[in-house]
Amino acid sequence: MRGRLIFTGQLAFTLLVAAFLAVPAMLSMSAGVTVNYFRGLQSGVTLNWVYQVFDLYSEAIARSLLIASATLVVTLAVGVPAAYALSVRGGRLSRLVEEVITLPLALPGLAIALALLLTYGGFGSFRRSWLVILAGHVVFTLPFMVRSVMAVFATTDIATLDEGAASLGASPWRRFRDVIVPNARPGILAGSMMVFTLSLGEFNLTWMLHTPLTKTLPVGLADAYASMRLEIASAYTLIFFVMIIPLLLLMQLIADPEQRR
Amino acid sequence: MSGDNGHGVAVRIEACGKTFADGTRALEPTTLDITAGEAVVLLGPSGCGKTTMLRIIAGLEQPDGGGRILFNGADVSQLPIERRNVGMVFQSYALFPNMSVADNIAYGLKVRGVARKERADRVAELVQLTNIAGLERRRIGQLSGGQRQRVALARAVAIRPSVLLLDEPLTALDAALRDRLRTELNKLLRALGITTIYVTHDQAEAMEISDRIVVMRKGAIAQVGTPRDIYFAPQSRFVAEFIGAANIIEAAIADGQLQLPGGTLPTVGSAPAAAAIAMVRPEAIQLVDAGTAALTGIVDSISFTGNRQRVSIGGAATQALIVDAPNTINVKVGERVGLAVPREAVRLLPREE
Amino acid sequence: MSHKSFLWLCLLPLAVVTTAFFVLPTGRLVVAGADGPQGLGGYFAIVLEPRFRTTLINTLVLAAATTLVTLIVSTVAGLFLQRNRFPGRSVLIAVLTFPLAFPGVVVGFMIILLAGRQGLIGDLTNRIWGDKVVFAYSIYGLFLGYLSFSIPRVILTIMAAVAKLDASLEEAARSLGASPWAVQRDVVLPALGPAFVASGAIAFATAMGAFGTAFTLATNIDVLPMLIYTEFTLDANIASAAALSVGLGVIAWAILALARSFSGGTVAAAG
Repeated sequence: MRGRLIFTGQLAFTLLVAAFLAVPAMLSMSAGVTVNYFRGLQSGVTLNWVYQVFDLYSEAIARSLLIASATLVVTLAVGVPAAYALSVRGGRLSRLVEEVITLPLALPGLAIALALLLTYGGFGSFRRSWLVILAGHVVFTLPFMVRSVMAVFATTDIATLDEGAASLGASPWRRFRDVIVPNARPGILAGSMMVFTLSLGEFNLTWMLHTPLTKTLPVGLADAYASMRLEIASAYTLIFFVMIIPLLLLMQLIADPEQRR
Repeated sequence: MSGDNGHGVAVRIEACGKTFADGTRALEPTTLDITAGEAVVLLGPSGCGKTTMLRIIAGLEQPDGGGRILFNGADVSQLPIERRNVGMVFQSYALFPNMSVADNIAYGLKVRGVARKERADRVAELVQLTNIAGLERRRIGQLSGGQRQRVALARAVAIRPSVLLLDEPLTALDAALRDRLRTELNKLLRALGITTIYVTHDQAEAMEISDRIVVMRKGAIAQVGTPRDIYFAPQSRFVAEFIGAANIIEAAIADGQLQLPGGTLPTVGSAPAAAAIAMVRPEAIQLVDAGTAALTGIVDSISFTGNRQRVSIGGAATQALIVDAPNTINVKVGERVGLAVPREAVRLLPREE
Repeated sequence: MSHKSFLWLCLLPLAVVTTAFFVLPTGRLVVAGADGPQGLGGYFAIVLEPRFRTTLINTLVLAAATTLVTLIVSTVAGLFLQRNRFPGRSVLIAVLTFPLAFPGVVVGFMIILLAGRQGLIGDLTNRIWGDKVVFAYSIYGLFLGYLSFSIPRVILTIMAAVAKLDASLEEAARSLGASPWAVQRDVVLPALGPAFVASGAIAFATAMGAFGTAFTLATNIDVLPMLIYTEFTLDANIASAAALSVGLGVIAWAILALARSFSGGTVAAAG
């Protein structure tokens, strides 16, 4: 009897917490398609607000997708080889490098953006383009890609596989192509989802670095929250959810099989 | 640089030592000559430097300054492992999880630009040789330990290496499997006839597989010899105790005999000495009638192991003597027995640390 | 190409990118912090100047409160979820963890919907008591917001740690006569200690540096990131903004370094 009481109590508590997190989100999603928020769903369902959001912010949304994709490409090209070198080399230098690249996670996004502005403010065309935002995103997401790939390398003992391929005569390039990258796939996949998702939702850095001509999705969201009516802000949030939740689900799916083992 | 006559190359390790970056001295400068086609086992406890030596021969580690590796007289020290044409079997097998069994075996050939048809033929040949027919399309994760071991071997041999290097290939397997595979592996290595260097800490493996054993300890060679030499004529206490079981006897020598509490033991070429060390193998001691024997003792305990009996005798020497007796002899605990040992079986060892 | 040169080549892009876009700018930032009228003294302004100090204390208290409540909530919920199987469990877990990737702005908007002028809570309290309760734009709203993005992160870490607990320890305690509560108190919670420290440190550091949520809720909430923002964009005090940023970064880094010495990388990502 006592056991069931404890179970029910804990369940109720957990449900309350879940409600706290979920209810506003659901409110926002429904508000985005309701004709009038105050009269609730009785006033009718419409996609009007969603269309208006696209009218106003399609450029910002597209730019976010562009930046997220570019961030992904850069972190792959920079992070995967680096993860391999760090995994195989080991030693104090590798640990130091890992520490350094993980530092951006400790610094608030504001600080990194400020630092970038102070350093590159003078390079007009770079500072005014979306490339400076890309630079900030890369710095911020790189540790995730590197750590994700290094984690996979650690469990598969990539150093010995590398030696095995070398003993069979494969040159370093050959080994990288035939053995290293294929065996890093789970880490590359998980890292890629993480990088893309983080880049799409990044605000702190981007807010400081953006100009009226280089707005991104989250920047647009802040704009909408501040100056647009509730329904438009909600519709915009709805669009963001629709983009990001499938990504999160995919990440869960990829991670879960490993956890269950 | 492949073996011309299919026997592989002669290997010379010349003054190779290895000190690692953190200061550990894994290997003292060592010189060793291995003839083409020979199977040599590097044997010793962990930390003795055997794996380090193997990796230096492979080209995965560089010897300290002045050390050289020569294949058939040619200096290969500057060549990286990719260009030495060695076939290496790693302790963890290092099979590529992203490739099938067939692709794993063919990988070395693929890298050398061998045509697809020839690769397939060679893979088929090796699959027959190593007894893994039917597994070609499987992924590595689906294989048992024994199967993986054979794939690793097939892969290393596929490229017709000059030297075959095996790093504790059977250690990862359970005892029963290990025994079975040891015999198979031995047969296969004999059939191939390539120069083979094999690292293990298991002395039964070492004796079965090798033409010569190199016993190593603390980074240096303790003794080199055929299995028989090592077993019957160990040159140090360490080697005597590491290979097979040994009774170590410390006693004074007088009148050409070891003076023991329970009697005397004859030795070969024995100048009188105050304190000598001798070794006798358990199976060399015969249990005889106590009345006429030169050495007697009391039976402390008997362990019946099936095909033999292990009898512990007290009072004959200062330590208990272990006797490996036939399972048909009938002795009882507490009985006084005689011990007979042929003179050649009592081997004197140098007094050292 | 030798193996060694290949490895250096693999590290080259990383070296270039990190140096150009992180190491150099951070150095520039540190220098800028000492560039103001007070010179190097600017770095101590964070504790010396009254309004900076108040902000710092506000931020520390808020982050500490967030961390404490988050740990308690996450432990109760996390232990429950990891140890019980029931229909709908995975849905519940998904709901609890999906805010993980939300930017601070979205979290701020959620709080507005919940407790703002047209929010759900205001609506409900109006109907029940005739008095609209609005707290989204205060420090309590901010606190709720911080909870929203800390709980998902910490719950994941705690659940992972609970999964790794050695069941035989609890069985041993029970065989010695310990009551269920005693088992939790003496065996489970101490075993979760490292996970608490690790995830608590990350929650603390994240709360200290969070900007988007405060920005959305109002520009006059007194926390360090907002202060940095106003110093830079509204007051153009580059030096003090830089010094405050570096100070904030150092505090956050120190706390995370502590976390790493307890966990070694098993904690969910920061954002």
